Amino acid sequence: MYALNMEEEKEPLINLIDIYKVYQMGNTEVRANDGINLKIYNGEFVAIVGKSGSGKSTIMNIIGALDVPTEGQYILKGQDVSTMKDDELAAVRNKTIGFIFQQYNLLARQNMLENVELPLLYAGINKKERKQMALDALERVGIQDKWNNIPNQLSGGQQQRGSIARALAGNPSLILADEPTGALDSRTSREVLDFLKVLNSEGNTIVLITHDNAIAEEAKRVVKIHDGKIIFDGPVEEYKRSRT
Amino acid sequence: MSIIQAFKLAGKSIISSKMRSFLTMLGMIIGVFSVITLVGLMNGVTNYVVSTFSDMGTNMITVSVTNTDTRVVDVDEVYEFVKENSSVFEAVTPQVTSNYTVKNGTTSESETVTGVGEDYMSINSLALASGRFIQYADIKNRYKGCVIGSFIVDEIFEGTVSVGETLKINGTVYTIIGILEEQADSEENSEDDCIYIPYSTAVRMSYSSNISSYAFAAADADYVDYGKELLDDFLYTTLKNEDLYTISTMAELLETVTEMTDMLSVILGGIASISLLVAGIGIMNIMLVSVVERTKEIGIRKSLGAKKRDIMWQFVIEAASISTIGGILGILLGWGTTRLLGNAFGLDATPTVGSIILAFGVSAGIGIGFGYMPANKAAKLNPIDALRSE
Repeated sequence: MYALNMEEEKEPLINLIDIYKVYQMGNTEVRANDGINLKIYNGEFVAIVGKSGSGKSTIMNIIGALDVPTEGQYILKGQDVSTMKDDELAAVRNKTIGFIFQQYNLLARQNMLENVELPLLYAGINKKERKQMALDALERVGIQDKWNNIPNQLSGGQQQRGSIARALAGNPSLILADEPTGALDSRTSREVLDFLKVLNSEGNTIVLITHDNAIAEEAKRVVKIHDGKIIFDGPVEEYKRSRT
Repeated sequence: MSIIQAFKLAGKSIISSKMRSFLTMLGMIIGVFSVITLVGLMNGVTNYVVSTFSDMGTNMITVSVTNTDTRVVDVDEVYEFVKENSSVFEAVTPQVTSNYTVKNGTTSESETVTGVGEDYMSINSLALASGRFIQYADIKNRYKGCVIGSFIVDEIFEGTVSVGETLKINGTVYTIIGILEEQADSEENSEDDCIYIPYSTAVRMSYSSNISSYAFAAADADYVDYGKELLDDFLYTTLKNEDLYTISTMAELLETVTEMTDMLSVILGGIASISLLVAGIGIMNIMLVSVVERTKEIGIRKSLGAKKRDIMWQFVIEAASISTIGGILGILLGWGTTRLLGNAFGLDATPTVGSIILAFGVSAGIGIGFGYMPANKAAKLNPIDALRSE
């Protein structure tokens, strides 16, 4: 198994061991994840790439603690997530993972500040601290002056920055970005990708899910999924070579 | 997430869809309003009935006896009994009631004629407009004189008559010796619809030799129970059979009437409560729609770490807020209407504290109860499916 950081004694942030996810569709069994083994260490920038139906969304849901595998073990930051109940999963998502979604998924009725405060609210952080943390996060993504705007009043790029601020606000160990540029034009996409690189260079661990090889190649390491199995796992240079 | 936060969210959500929130509240407003108003007005009616009965005298004891051939309650014995117990009884009057044709010239009506004793006027707090009331001598002499109420004046004499004129009762000429003051707008079957004659005369006219009804006035309302006991002893000694007489007191009657109006009040309140139930179902319906509409929001919240409990609170508190605000508006509206209608009908009607507390509690409870199901549905949503919905 390949990993950028090869110090084997160091504990990985994400450790997926023999993950199977099986859905029952009528009489047929669909193996969305068919024995996935993956280790991701702190400070990595990994792209998980695959066509639609390849099982990349399923593995994202499992990594994001939105779902649990049918079989196998998922150790996130030393905790076994694969057997957790709903509320425990919610707590893991809240404290360990920052989500960036394709559709931004901001609450339309709340202003940007309130949107960014949301994970902090569920973490039980008090009002004053919450506001400060949210404002800091908005400042990091460069839209602190828009804190009082509701999402509809902002451009797509600004909204995505808002959702990145929300992902950053609670200082999570992992930033999980699901097609973060899917709804943006090429110029704004570039901005967002560059920003993710900056975040990674600051020491944040980033997992990027995409169907687009060009986007995947922005990461340092690429994991390609096909038919629920990992068919490639290596540094981006090697991935680029394999495609030509 | 704190409760305060949940209330803020609920407020935001209610304000952001004002029309829908108002329509949902409307059910609760109408429900609470009708409970408060109906119970309040019923309470006014009860007050009215109670005060009317109190005016009639809570110190009254009425006795009716069935005389047999061998055992008879004699009028003189009754008077003697009252005299002996003068510390308990203030006065007594026999009551002999019959219907006769009353005539003046060509005007002829069937009227109730009551034979009474000389104390009848003071026992019933009657007042004379002119003339005098029946006196002991009239009874002794079986004098054919009568005291009439203002309804009779209007009905038989077309409004004007004076003491000394005559009318015919059952074909016998009676001299009018007194005319009573108007008490109840001279309406039929009211206190003004009355003709009093000496009881001795009435007994003779009815061809019976005995009197079957007496009204006693206790010296004080507190003596009523003791007076009742004394009367029971007295009548049992004479008649030797409990089935031959009944003693009823105004206080007992009042109690019965109050029980009846209370029961009516509960029934009306119960009927009105059905609208509360309907309002609750309305809230549940809207909350279910709201959960479906906000599936995406729920998904986002869950993905960011909202626990089941957090989502649950959010929706339950929203439902409870809608129904409680509706409840409070209903209480205010009900209060106003009760006072307004009460004044219009001349009733002392105020919403009871009990009905207000009940209405408020029920509306809050309905919000929580009927909000629970949709809230639970929301809390149980799978974050992946919820996020995927549009």
